[in-house]
Amino acid sequence: MENPAADLFLHAPTRQRRKLRWPPPAAVQVRWVTRSKPWLFLFCLTPLLLTLWDVYSHQLAADPIKDLTLRSGRWGLRLLWATLAITPLCYITKLRSLVRVRRMLGLFAWFYACLHLGIYLVLDQGLAWQFIGADISKRPYIVVGATTFTILSSLALTSTQGWVRRLGGKNWQRLHRLVYVAGITTSLHFFWLVKSDITRPMVYTLVLASLFLARILHHNARRQR
Amino acid sequence: MILIQRPADITPSEITSEGLFRQRRNLIMASAGLLLGGGIAPATGVAAVSDFPGLKPGPFATDEEKTSFQAVTSYNNFYEFSTDKRQPAKLAKAFKSRPWTIAFGGEIAKQQRFDVDELIKKFPPQERIYRLRCVEAWSMVIPWVGIPLHRVLKALNPSSKAQYVRFETLLDPKQFPGQRGSLFGSSLDWPYVEGLRIDEAMHPLTLLAVGLYGRFMPNQNGAPIRLVVPWKYGFKSIKSIVKIDLVDKQPLNTWNRQAPREYGFYANVNPAVDHPRWSQARERRIGEWSKRPTLPFNGYAEQVAGLYQNLDLRTNF
Ligand code: HEM
Repeated sequence: MENPAADLFLHAPTRQRRKLRWPPPAAVQVRWVTRSKPWLFLFCLTPLLLTLWDVYSHQLAADPIKDLTLRSGRWGLRLLWATLAITPLCYITKLRSLVRVRRMLGLFAWFYACLHLGIYLVLDQGLAWQFIGADISKRPYIVVGATTFTILSSLALTSTQGWVRRLGGKNWQRLHRLVYVAGITTSLHFFWLVKSDITRPMVYTLVLASLFLARILHHNARRQR
Repeated sequence: MILIQRPADITPSEITSEGLFRQRRNLIMASAGLLLGGGIAPATGVAAVSDFPGLKPGPFATDEEKTSFQAVTSYNNFYEFSTDKRQPAKLAKAFKSRPWTIAFGGEIAKQQRFDVDELIKKFPPQERIYRLRCVEAWSMVIPWVGIPLHRVLKALNPSSKAQYVRFETLLDPKQFPGQRGSLFGSSLDWPYVEGLRIDEAMHPLTLLAVGLYGRFMPNQNGAPIRLVVPWKYGFKSIKSIVKIDLVDKQPLNTWNRQAPREYGFYANVNPAVDHPRWSQARERRIGEWSKRPTLPFNGYAEQVAGLYQNLDLRTNF
């Protein structure tokens, strides 16, 4: 009895051995995902909580409105990327039930985008519609930002089971493929707003590209089988 | 432990050197500023300190509320350190701004090099409270300590060929992390270069600033010596200058070279000409919530509009 774990595996009855195989059965995966969801929720909320703390303790930058705009935009982008990373993660880990956290991540991306837009409209522009109108019509980075926001909003509003039923699975899926467009327009928004150093948008865009690539490789591999 | 020391016990090595003393004091003052909280640090508390004994107020002072020392020294566009405005204050702590030599050259009687402290002794600086308008549509009010540039230039005896002045920032990737660049290139071409027409450089508003709030120029604000041209966007006011040349051709300034559609040579503050990516009609004064209208030439039209009578400011933005 040198290695009790291996011994247990080798001598386990078939039923038990199946239990140790990867991926674990759907019921086990669902239990894991359900248990981690509240933690994930809290995690998605931390950027907001930390920012509120910084507001309270006067730790925002000297131009607090710009600081808030950038932070919310940054977290909108990161959570959108996280949403897009779930499917590739499912392929890699073979944990299909991971998709169950995708909606929450997507809704949080939209939530930060709402804050981002709200800060821009109310705090930055002071609801001066003539300036906002000029910004939206004249500035490419605002145009793509607004496009992204429109897409994210329509996906958020139709994210419920009721809407899946109402639209029918096929149509719903077609609509929700717009999330890829949102990824690309977010990248463009970022590229067009930086003044000179493209390092950050470049890094995020490379991450996005690799997420897309993972899907393409997976689909090609499946078609060949 | 010895509690009472006779003065004779203090060896020369224990006496804090001037530079070190200054560094420590700056650190203490900076932390005091932090403790007082962002944006609300009272401007008066820090003005009491002076690195320039006998400093006198100069002309053109605005009586608008000054931006707090804390904000002026924690929110900086200084791409040699970082493109993030909060980073320069952190990354500039170890920057060596003394000893510092400025080389004057080009169309002048004699090529010369000046130590910055020598320059300060030779041309006594004054306090000048100016508005600063960044091209990114935010603004501050800063009590600079500066030498009117025309005094220095006149002393150099420029020849008639001197039509422009070209300024250059220190190139030192060891001290300036932003100059090292990344895998995807650098934020700008280094060293940073700026230029003025000779009449702009000779204008009494134009300063070689060596301090602010009565103190030596903080590192993150362009120590030890920088340009201040209050009617132009902030990027014209080049920092940490090592070279000043009087030249016969218009210098190609860094941002103009980087994005000629967005940044010109003149860069006069002009609410009527938008930056392609944002409006210049309004600005946010740091410390205020709502935007205020931007004034032509940043409110210095009376003094400088005459310089541009024959110039189309829409094309020469
Ligand atoms: C109508 C919609 C939108 C408007 C008007 C808008 C406006 C802005 C503005 C004014 C900035 C600051 C630019 C600057 O001065 O540096 C910004 C930055 C940014 N926005 Fe948006 N935006 C919109 C939608 C979005 C959406 C939907 C996302 C992503 C989900 C997003 C992500 C970002 C990011 C990542 C930044 C840069 C943050 C950084 O530099 O760290 N924006 N946006």
